[in-house]
Amino acid sequence: MKIIYSDALIVGGGLAGLRSAIATKEKGLDTIVLSMVPVKRSHSAAAQGGMQAALANSVMGEGDNEDVHFADTVKGSDWGCDQEVARMFVATAPKAIRELANWGVPWSRISAGERTVIMNGQKEIIKEAQEAHGLINARDFGGTKKWRTCYTSDATGHTMLYAVANEALRRNVIIHDRKEAISIIHDEKKAIGVIARDLVNGELIAYVAKGTMIATGGYGRIYKQSTNAIICKGIGTAIALETGVATLGNMEAVQFHPTPIVPSAILLTEGCRGDGGVLRDKDGYRFMPDYEPEKKELASRDVVSRRMIQHIRAGKGVPSPYGEHLWLDISILGRKHIEKNLRDVQDIAKTFNGIDPADEGQKGWMPVLPMQHYSMGGIRIKPTGESTTLAGLFAAGEAACWDLHGFNRLGGNSVSEAVVSGMIVGEHFATYCKETHLNTNTCIIAEFIKKQSNYLNEILAYNGKENIFDIKDEMRSIMQEEVGIFRNEEGLQRAVKRLEELLIMTKQINVKSKIRGNNPELNEAYRVPKMLKIALCVAKGALERRESRGAHYREDYIKRDDLNWLKRTITRWEDPEATTPTISYEELDIAKMELPPAFRGYGRKDSIIEHPKSMERSQEIEAFKAANPQMDRFELQEQLMPFELPLDYKKKNQRIGVEYA
Amino acid sequence: MHRIYEDGGREIVLTIFRHDPNNEDSIPHFQDYPIIERPGMTLYIALTQIYTSMDHDVSFDFVCRAGICGSCAMVVNGKPRLACRTLTSEFSEGKITLLPLPTFQHIKDLSVDTGTFMNAMTKQVEGWIVNNSPQDISTIEKPVEPELSDEIFELDRCIECGICLASCATKVMRPNFVGAVGLNRVARFSLDPHDSRSDEEFYELIGDDEGIFGCMSLMGCQDHCPKHLPLQKQIAYMRNKMVKVR
Repeated sequence: MKIIYSDALIVGGGLAGLRSAIATKEKGLDTIVLSMVPVKRSHSAAAQGGMQAALANSVMGEGDNEDVHFADTVKGSDWGCDQEVARMFVATAPKAIRELANWGVPWSRISAGERTVIMNGQKEIIKEAQEAHGLINARDFGGTKKWRTCYTSDATGHTMLYAVANEALRRNVIIHDRKEAISIIHDEKKAIGVIARDLVNGELIAYVAKGTMIATGGYGRIYKQSTNAIICKGIGTAIALETGVATLGNMEAVQFHPTPIVPSAILLTEGCRGDGGVLRDKDGYRFMPDYEPEKKELASRDVVSRRMIQHIRAGKGVPSPYGEHLWLDISILGRKHIEKNLRDVQDIAKTFNGIDPADEGQKGWMPVLPMQHYSMGGIRIKPTGESTTLAGLFAAGEAACWDLHGFNRLGGNSVSEAVVSGMIVGEHFATYCKETHLNTNTCIIAEFIKKQSNYLNEILAYNGKENIFDIKDEMRSIMQEEVGIFRNEEGLQRAVKRLEELLIMTKQINVKSKIRGNNPELNEAYRVPKMLKIALCVAKGALERRESRGAHYREDYIKRDDLNWLKRTITRWEDPEATTPTISYEELDIAKMELPPAFRGYGRKDSIIEHPKSMERSQEIEAFKAANPQMDRFELQEQLMPFELPLDYKKKNQRIGVEYA
Repeated sequence: MHRIYEDGGREIVLTIFRHDPNNEDSIPHFQDYPIIERPGMTLYIALTQIYTSMDHDVSFDFVCRAGICGSCAMVVNGKPRLACRTLTSEFSEGKITLLPLPTFQHIKDLSVDTGTFMNAMTKQVEGWIVNNSPQDISTIEKPVEPELSDEIFELDRCIECGICLASCATKVMRPNFVGAVGLNRVARFSLDPHDSRSDEEFYELIGDDEGIFGCMSLMGCQDHCPKHLPLQKQIAYMRNKMVKVR
């Protein structure tokens, strides 16, 4: 029996996991990071367009601060997020950007003086201040009031991941790659590590630690068409669910990005539209201003994706052998801009489609269609990052439902959350690991290894007629067809029923190679049932949520229903033999919100069932502000919705022109 | 319409190196897989099709499948390349032979271990920012000239795919040679105004045959780099700098 002990165990080597590892090393803790792939291959590297943080360096960011970023994030979430977490996030994000600059992220910097930009399809001239020269630049993104998304061309995730990974190596974080966590070791009350499978030789290893963190990213690969990397299967989320104790939050909240390229589903960044690119239909017509007069192509992702499908349904899609699509036109930005700031986009379009998007006119238009992109749902945690129900289990980044994004994440808030949660949750996790003593015996550990070993043998002994690849394909098609951008009761019922059948069928397969070592088919055989459990949480959550909110859109319940549905979906899988999760809800309390529910400013205006408390709270806040004219924005905020942050992350952020105001 | 929508449909044959060094019964051999080529087919699509419908035991590494993560470097008809960005239509004969990337520990079939080398290389060249002055991250960041930041970004685009090492003759003779990936990394940090190290300090890290003086200037690295990094220039630049130190 191989047991490896550490103080802090982190599963997942992307931005969230590695930044958390730096936090635990900072406290002198022995830290191990497990990763399925070399950590610099993690999906964080694929983030293109940028990271949101209210620095307000650029003239287009003037007046930006934590309050504006907070409001954008809450509206983006369609009031589904935890506002206290959103506050923690926006206060820390500027510090995260600056820390990353110190660790070597070569952020694009501002040149003082005039430059030409494209806004609303027109050339405009903006003038950057002398005092902003050399400071971190930002571009426009969807659903934001200010230009707030900091970037390194369109390879932002790559430079961030490398900086954080290099810093983690400098601090001697121990990295074990090609290890897949397949079970969490726990005693119903407390998590004390994981059973991991060595993907090189199949060996099972017990990693035992004072605290365990899951930072394994999203579950996009349960969909047929996803921008996500091959590894984003949600296995880390699934093993938390399989404890029967930890819960998942808002699993039905799945984001569809407006502009992956057809047919390869590779992402073309929102920066394309942020920098001035537009969407066109089969007639070459720019249609978004008709639907969204104010934000146009830069409404939130859920809204733009729905409008695009709506426009295709109206007969305006471009026919192709891969189905209908629309066009993304960035040629209007000019070759110079594209080859500097959107070079990966150009490279992707050239390599995979033979299109140079810098070519003028229709020749350069890229075929795009909304596809799965991000998982707002994940392991339900407290603001500290610890599971609400299983002590010692922490989660950060996309794997978690912290819950920063509610029912729709803003572009640029994902890598931002990954790093910021790595700082905040990482710090709480480190404190937990420091203060906790490992109190277990090797019997429990042996039991968990034995159980997984038996399970793998059981899989190899299956002697049925089904094929695990067919089951996986069907799951992905069902999710695509029935649990996609537009959802309804009948389709969701069909989805849940068939997914349950598929879950049962995973035990009726026959794995050809019987070796326990490096056996790719065996990997599929234990991963697919886990993916199906995640898919069932998404489908059942979507079926039960009879309203439309953010990315969750019900054709049969088209309104956002604050009266009945201002709550978070909680799924749990108590009985391992069950074929569906149990669902409960966590109420969101309007009386405690700093920003009570209202119209987002984009999307359909007439589609909210209001809660009377929204108006009450709104009036209460206005009255409080009027009664306390002497308070500055920080004092007001503190009174309306207090929040806490570890270390000195709550310190005010300095900005040019306004200093610490 | 688009180049990608043109008709395809010819039969092509992928010849794949098969071996599992962890399995005593495994004998290294080549195996042929005939498949029907589809328009726009990449090696990612072809290998995935072989794996899901013909042979569930064949191993290879893809993560992003978009040329961003560097996982899928392999030898394609004799040249090291990223498989996800390689179109099968490039090979007019329709015969494609795939071998695992040399110089790295072989895992199985087309899968190799790059993580161990890249992490060790990072430690060998101390490939991170070194700066011991205290920093308050709530204050305005240190300004950097925009052109300089762009120049650093250019070198920071390396994805550690390992192709430069697979193309390198020095690496065959000196297992601990840090390669273009390592030398480019040092060049990148030597430019960075956040890094306080002097040329003398960089010399301590790469001023030997495992570093800058190991390179024989054959430049296979530059020829094959999928990110088109200016490796020749960076290696020459670092060598110049390092020669001046002693």
